[in-house]
Amino acid sequence: MEIERHEYDVVVIGAGGAGLRAAIEARQQGKRTAIVCKSLFGKAHTVMAEGGAAAAMGNVNPDDNWMVHFRDTMRGGKFLNNWRMAELHAKEAPDRVWELEAWGALFDRTKDGKISQRNFGGHEYPRLAHVGDRTGLELIRTLQQRVVALQQEDEKLHGDPEAYIKVFAECTITRLLKEGDAIAGAFGYWRETGKFLLFDAPAVVLATGGIGKSYVVTSNSWEYTGDGHALALLAGAQLINMEFIQFHPTGMVWPPSVRGILVTESVRGDGGVLRNSEGRRFMFDYVPDVFKDKYATTEEEGDRWYTDQANNRRPPELLPRDEVARAINSEVKAGRGSPQGGVFLDVSTRLPADEIVKRLPSMHHQFKELADVDITKEPMQVGPTCHYIMGGVEVDADTGAASVPGLFAAGEVSGGMHGSNRLGGNSLSDLLVFGRRAGAGAAAYVNGLAKRPVAAETAVEDARTEALAPLERSGGENPYEVHHELQRTMNELVGIIRKAEEVSEALEAVEKLKERAAHTASPGGRIYNPGWHLALDLRNMLLVSECVARAALLREESRGGHTRDDYPKMSPEWRRRLLVCSATPDGAAVSVEEQTQPSMRGDLLALFDRTELSKYLTEDELAEYDAVKES
Amino acid sequence: MGYKAKFRVWRGEGGEGRLEDFTVEVNEGEVVLDVIHRLQATQAPDLAVRWNCKAGKCGSCSMEINGKPRLGCMTRMSTFEESETITVTPMRTFPVIKDLVTDVSFNYQKAREIPSFTPPEDVEPGEYRMQQVDVERSQEFRKCIECFMCNNVCHVIRDHEENKPAFAGPRFLMRIAELDMHPYDVVDRKESAQDEHGLGYCNITKCCTEICPEHIKITDNALIPMKERVVDRKYDPLVWLGNKIFKRSS
Repeated sequence: MEIERHEYDVVVIGAGGAGLRAAIEARQQGKRTAIVCKSLFGKAHTVMAEGGAAAAMGNVNPDDNWMVHFRDTMRGGKFLNNWRMAELHAKEAPDRVWELEAWGALFDRTKDGKISQRNFGGHEYPRLAHVGDRTGLELIRTLQQRVVALQQEDEKLHGDPEAYIKVFAECTITRLLKEGDAIAGAFGYWRETGKFLLFDAPAVVLATGGIGKSYVVTSNSWEYTGDGHALALLAGAQLINMEFIQFHPTGMVWPPSVRGILVTESVRGDGGVLRNSEGRRFMFDYVPDVFKDKYATTEEEGDRWYTDQANNRRPPELLPRDEVARAINSEVKAGRGSPQGGVFLDVSTRLPADEIVKRLPSMHHQFKELADVDITKEPMQVGPTCHYIMGGVEVDADTGAASVPGLFAAGEVSGGMHGSNRLGGNSLSDLLVFGRRAGAGAAAYVNGLAKRPVAAETAVEDARTEALAPLERSGGENPYEVHHELQRTMNELVGIIRKAEEVSEALEAVEKLKERAAHTASPGGRIYNPGWHLALDLRNMLLVSECVARAALLREESRGGHTRDDYPKMSPEWRRRLLVCSATPDGAAVSVEEQTQPSMRGDLLALFDRTELSKYLTEDELAEYDAVKES
Repeated sequence: MGYKAKFRVWRGEGGEGRLEDFTVEVNEGEVVLDVIHRLQATQAPDLAVRWNCKAGKCGSCSMEINGKPRLGCMTRMSTFEESETITVTPMRTFPVIKDLVTDVSFNYQKAREIPSFTPPEDVEPGEYRMQQVDVERSQEFRKCIECFMCNNVCHVIRDHEENKPAFAGPRFLMRIAELDMHPYDVVDRKESAQDEHGLGYCNITKCCTEICPEHIKITDNALIPMKERVVDRKYDPLVWLGNKIFKRSS
């Protein structure tokens, strides 16, 4: 059968914020660039981001700067972050946001006409550039329109809008191809026709987002099946920090069909409070020691903070997401939950109705349409939902390069930047900062190549056989059933609170599901056949789930997005240890190795005070700190 | 709580197809897209439907439900009688690929025909200063989730294939208005809106506004003001005379 072939310099897999920013950069550096997206152009999961993009522009509070942002990010991640990434991110985020404005984005404004910035959990100052509560949509549309602008430029110059940047919409990559160690291309299929295509390209940027579809209760869309994570593993790259998954504290809990859909943190940033069934603002009972001096101890102080941040501390509703999610989980378990199994999130008694509709239009709309709840009049019911994976492809901070030559990753599919827990607002900025860096990294790599690697025809044939298998089998497993079983397993056994026995049980279940997934059959033809697409996605979801479970079983401490019931304390020893997953080329076996976290550069370490660091670091590391301070 | 609903879903590909009947379980709080997903999981694994976020934010699951363009994810089953047969068909204005999935490339083609945002050359990133009140008009249009239901419902192209080349549709005429109202855009878009993108075809029946899931007032706030701007330019006799005498372009 014919396989359509395309030759490019850089192939970007994924067309959300990171993918589009990477593609724009590669094209701006003169590279012929393909953007491959699983959905239609402009529909990526980035549109779901609501709150904003964190960037220390200092427009609302002039005391903000990259150093404060860096500190907040490290604290949010419980110091497990790749500090170089956190540094680059904090330094470059403002430029990336301003650049969007020059491409046509229209952010909300301050009185003096600058980009307005809002409060968010874990951020010391108002820092999130936003457009109401639909910032992700603004970001994706701006980048989409930037791609179109570049195509219009190319049409003028070369007579062909797709001469240098082309979007392959509704197209899914199933395998990366190599020559020796180096990337040589990618193999995939068109959803519309079911036909195969092959990219001959020396550089691939993965920007495929997350893995939420392995869980039942998730804020993630159908595309989040861990494709990039799995493609990287199968190509010989490593994944780090896979045990850390962010459960966003506030997802919708009712009706059942919308369970998990995101309720933006802006509700709390703009004054919303969390209450249990007894009407108590319970977050005051859950401020952990490491944050004790940074959060208000009384409701009065917390309330004053919204208008006077210089003299008051933040309300504990604005603790980092992992803390709030665990607190809600505990309240529900203790029998103080709401009727539908969540807690109450109330903004109706905190802001005038018209102000709520103005600041939180999507939330107002979403609750009204889907749950018959008017958030200007009554509280919402919310509970934790699987939202984001901190773990991902291990990359070089400056270039986004993975260990496989020619392979790059950016955004949620990459790991390290957010440590054990991501702060709200740090995702959109991450996409922009590291999307650009990965695009530039890929372009530089291509410039330095003496010859382009060529994929072996046998590898192409293998990829074709693998992709066709579910269609050719008859009377096999229903892929939808296998998927539901996996979602239940991960949700119940490797969820927000974990125990060794349960995680082990999950690993056994995943092993059995792998067996079943290998025998799925998809009736119907090749044209737009979702049963077939799901059967192919299952390989990725299972592989990634196994990484999550294996790493979760090994890490015997609780930190950020990894809470072990049997090891409830955070351990400085474990902070220095990163878990790195790799797999055999057929994906049959996953192994996890420990790697030592490199010490933070002296000038960055010196940005913290000793008392704070002593809560996270080992004695040896504190000695390094003392040496830096003395010199 | 749960009940069995009767669904008629359009199935087919390559220009051929028919309505197929299904009886399917419905639970409390569900939306039409949930029911379509249940059909996939239990009765019709290859039933094609586009969807992404299932929260009304991505604009993927546009379809026609009992003949009305709707997002599948935002149409609650509780809005129908339990005895009612619910008919689900693909958007009519665009060619069907398979089942509920249509070829919407028309929209991407039109998007590329609208000249992009063009700021003055001497403003650096970070130097933009705009008042909230000045960005709000364009912000309303930027709420658009590109579900393309406005273009689908617009009678100019819904039953008139021949108008497609000359008409950008409400979505992209609104895009022109958005750029025209952007405080920093320097391109003159009035003449081209009329001459190249077919603004004149719109006779303000407001069908687009009625079905917009984001409740954008497409007609009142984008298309009519844009028409007024065109009229001011094109048909004002003084402006016309001035243009003749001084060859002014703006």
